[in-house]
Amino acid sequence: MTIFQLMLMGFLIVCAVSVSFSKNLLNSILIYMSYSLVMSILWVCLESPDLAITEAAVGAGVTSILFFATLKKIHAIQIEKEVKDKEEAEREEQSHE
Amino acid sequence: MSKLKPQKEYEKTKAFHFFRWLSGSKDPYLGEVEMKPQKEWKVEESTIQERMREKQMLRDKVYDVEHNDKLIFFHKVYAIAAIFFCIALAGLLLYTVSYLPETGAADRPVNNEVPARYIENGLQETGAVNIVTGMILDYRAFDTFGESNVLFVATVTVLILLHTNKKKSKDGKADEEPENDRIYEPKNDAILQAGAKVLVPIIILFGIYVILNGHLSPGGGFSGGAIIGAGLILYLNAFGFKKTEKLFTEKTYKVISFAALTTYCLAKSYSFYTGANHMESHIPLGIPGHILSSGLILVLNICVGMVVACTMYTFYVMFRKGDF
Repeated sequence: MTIFQLMLMGFLIVCAVSVSFSKNLLNSILIYMSYSLVMSILWVCLESPDLAITEAAVGAGVTSILFFATLKKIHAIQIEKEVKDKEEAEREEQSHE
Repeated sequence: MSKLKPQKEYEKTKAFHFFRWLSGSKDPYLGEVEMKPQKEWKVEESTIQERMREKQMLRDKVYDVEHNDKLIFFHKVYAIAAIFFCIALAGLLLYTVSYLPETGAADRPVNNEVPARYIENGLQETGAVNIVTGMILDYRAFDTFGESNVLFVATVTVLILLHTNKKKSKDGKADEEPENDRIYEPKNDAILQAGAKVLVPIIILFGIYVILNGHLSPGGGFSGGAIIGAGLILYLNAFGFKKTEKLFTEKTYKVISFAALTTYCLAKSYSFYTGANHMESHIPLGIPGHILSSGLILVLNICVGMVVACTMYTFYVMFRKGDF
């Protein structure tokens, strides 16, 4: 096992742990996406390019797009925007005072 | 030609009795059943007040984190136990993995006569340069057929769960939601549109390449179909539903899925009928390395790719709009 593969493995573990620790749902989906991408590089290193192509297309592409669509459907993205807007409005009021 | 019977004669037939029983107006054991309209379900005010009181009591006494000692103790024990179990499980799995033979070792239990046969005779028997595709779509094609069907059943389930009823939308209230969803689209996002104009043809071409070269190079029906589906989704995001509806409707999905699955089934049935016992199948295997080679594998790859591409796109449309 080369150093490159070990580095990728370490990155996988960091990704997997940080998915569960991130408080923003959008961030955890992005981390999950990068996990799939690193996994596809690892598949190439393990000499299975068929799996690598599938992992990149399905894991990093379609699955995370479906996750985004679901977040939009349950208004998880929208609510965060509203919260930010409110915070900004409050700040503006404070600065006016 | 059938004639409509008069009412008195029709009441004597079995069909009349059957439909009367089906609609519930007369039961053979109970006689005439009276249909009463149900009372509208109402919640009394006293029950609501009682519920509110209980909720308040729970909030004040049980879930008061700062003063409830038992709750504080439980939270601490829960966190410690969760960490302990996670570490124990990870350690157990790592301990088990350490007993597995090394990757690529010669004495692994996987290295028996089956992969030896695949590697030695695969090119000769299937005509596919890519041994993995030869395995998936020739030796194990029945499994792949089951996989395609599983994907199709999954799409049907998603359709059942997420399909919005068109009749409801005429009332006015339910009509707003899909319209709202269209507003969310970044329809006139210049960066996205310019990027999509360049990328979508390349992505779809690459998907077609991966499907058509499935028996020569890495890839195949499933991965190529997923790439094409991703390209379609990108196009949809950039240009909106109105443009994709010209190309892809519910009918397109039904026709393509049905045709591809049927072709797969028929081709594989023929192959099993003639080739499973090493009989002559009359399908030329061609010269290994050419595009038109390896018999039925190319056809099967195209079928799987079309089903997967349509399925990916349909999933996304169902999640976004609940309707085509």
